Amino acid sequence: MKDDSIRKLDKAKLPAWDEIPLGWALLSEGSDDFKTGGWRSQHPVLDPEKCTSCLFCWIYCPDSAIRVKDGKMAGFDESLCKGCGICSTECPQGAIKMAEGAGALKEGE
Amino acid sequence: MKLLTRKVVGLTGDGAAAEAMRQIDPDVVAAYPITPQTEIVEKFAEYVAGGLVNTEFICVESEHSAISACCGSSAAGARTVTATSSQGLALMHEMLYIAAANRLPIVMINVNRALSAPLNIHNDQSDTFGSRDAGWIQLYCENVQEVYDTTIQGIRIAEHPEVQLPVMVCLDGFILSHSMERLELLSDAEVKDFIGAFRPRTNLLDFDKPITLGAAAMPEYYFEHRFAQSYALDRALERVVAVDQEFGAKFARSYGVVEAYRMDDAELAVVTLGSLAGTTKFVVDRFREEGVKAGSLKIKLFRPFPIEAVAAALKNVKAAAVLEKAISPGAPGPALFSDVLGALYHQGVKASLISYVAGLGGRDVPPKSITRIYNHLQQIAETGRIGRILNYLDLRGWQ
Ligand code: SF4
Ligand code: SF4
Repeated sequence: MKDDSIRKLDKAKLPAWDEIPLGWALLSEGSDDFKTGGWRSQHPVLDPEKCTSCLFCWIYCPDSAIRVKDGKMAGFDESLCKGCGICSTECPQGAIKMAEGAGALKEGE
Repeated sequence: MKLLTRKVVGLTGDGAAAEAMRQIDPDVVAAYPITPQTEIVEKFAEYVAGGLVNTEFICVESEHSAISACCGSSAAGARTVTATSSQGLALMHEMLYIAAANRLPIVMINVNRALSAPLNIHNDQSDTFGSRDAGWIQLYCENVQEVYDTTIQGIRIAEHPEVQLPVMVCLDGFILSHSMERLELLSDAEVKDFIGAFRPRTNLLDFDKPITLGAAAMPEYYFEHRFAQSYALDRALERVVAVDQEFGAKFARSYGVVEAYRMDDAELAVVTLGSLAGTTKFVVDRFREEGVKAGSLKIKLFRPFPIEAVAAALKNVKAAAVLEKAISPGAPGPALFSDVLGALYHQGVKASLISYVAGLGGRDVPPKSITRIYNHLQQIAETGRIGRILNYLDLRGWQ
């Protein structure tokens, strides 16, 4: 039995059961391996005029799809945003509106 | 002889659980009241209001929320305790699996009560037996003293670095929860010292070491994860034994994972758990007075199931019955019976084993009824014929 403390999951090889991190706790990489962008049937649209870069959206986004550059909100990740609309609901400035369709999400837009 | 000077009090099972919780002083308690657990939450809320504990008490709107809040607080590194019963446990069902799979050392006191329908607030063990595959450690208590001691032990077991699993402390509704018994308390300092400081292995609030908990696992990972969890539960048996022994060495009370009562030369045995174990011992004594080699086996630890200890205790009996307060519709036998049978098969023990379901919905199981089980076992031992395997005690219309 190997030490089952929390450790980085070695994705290069599939781990045996005794190499699985304790409680499936993952060191920060979270779910960004998991390309959920294809699920999107709505897409978020940012109004940069209203955005104060409070980063609430970054905290709430379940799929690490909020891009941050130099501590500022920098748009959405095309491959990760599943279009759930949580960021839009949680944004205290009303700076994110949801629009129909998958859209094209470009960093910085 | 070392004379122990202990504070002796009269408490109900719920009162004893609440007193243990006060002494444990958890970081977080999130709980919702439900009969017959209500007195635990009520009493503990008084301790919180009176400033007797430092606990963050979260008033929630349901048991699903209670256990969800507990999962969150435990993952955030807080020592977390909750309590529930019956429908409340059923409502928690989804999160029970998550607590165990995320390896969150939550301690939950469950007051055993029948499940609806029909609505019934009285005791049986269908609620926790229904959660037996959720991955929690399950410990059953025979009396109020055991409720108190097991709650304290539960913290140590759950939080042990090699265990890291949630623990359910089960006590029979009303029979224990509302009956006042004499018990000996430990001092606050003794409890603090025994449980020690909580050293969480997951801490969602540690910004320097961020982790993700509760991520999805695809088919390439899920099976290994679930096996690792199951392996940890099996291995927890050793820790349960060790914690109980340490408790015994310090405070002169220990329980074992099973208790074999007058089993050394026993030919007839009733296997049971919870408060029924006490009544059964009383009946065993009666038979022994008449020269009948009767014994009984109490299952203290139900998950992980103590396979070896159960088989070892039963290997020489001529006939045995498993007596339990739960029914498993459509199954080859009720839960405890099936587990005992499985344990015997694992260890290559052949025994004439029958099942007795009793006391559903709080129907009393008096000594005279248990006496009839031993009479039935005598018959089996004499004739060598098992006859009917599944039996129902004091069920009208059933012969
Ligand atoms: S929550 Fe709204 S205001 Fe805050 S960073 Fe995100 S988009 Fe900008
Ligand atoms: S809609 Fe917003 S919250 Fe949802 S995935 Fe996309 S960026 Fe994240």
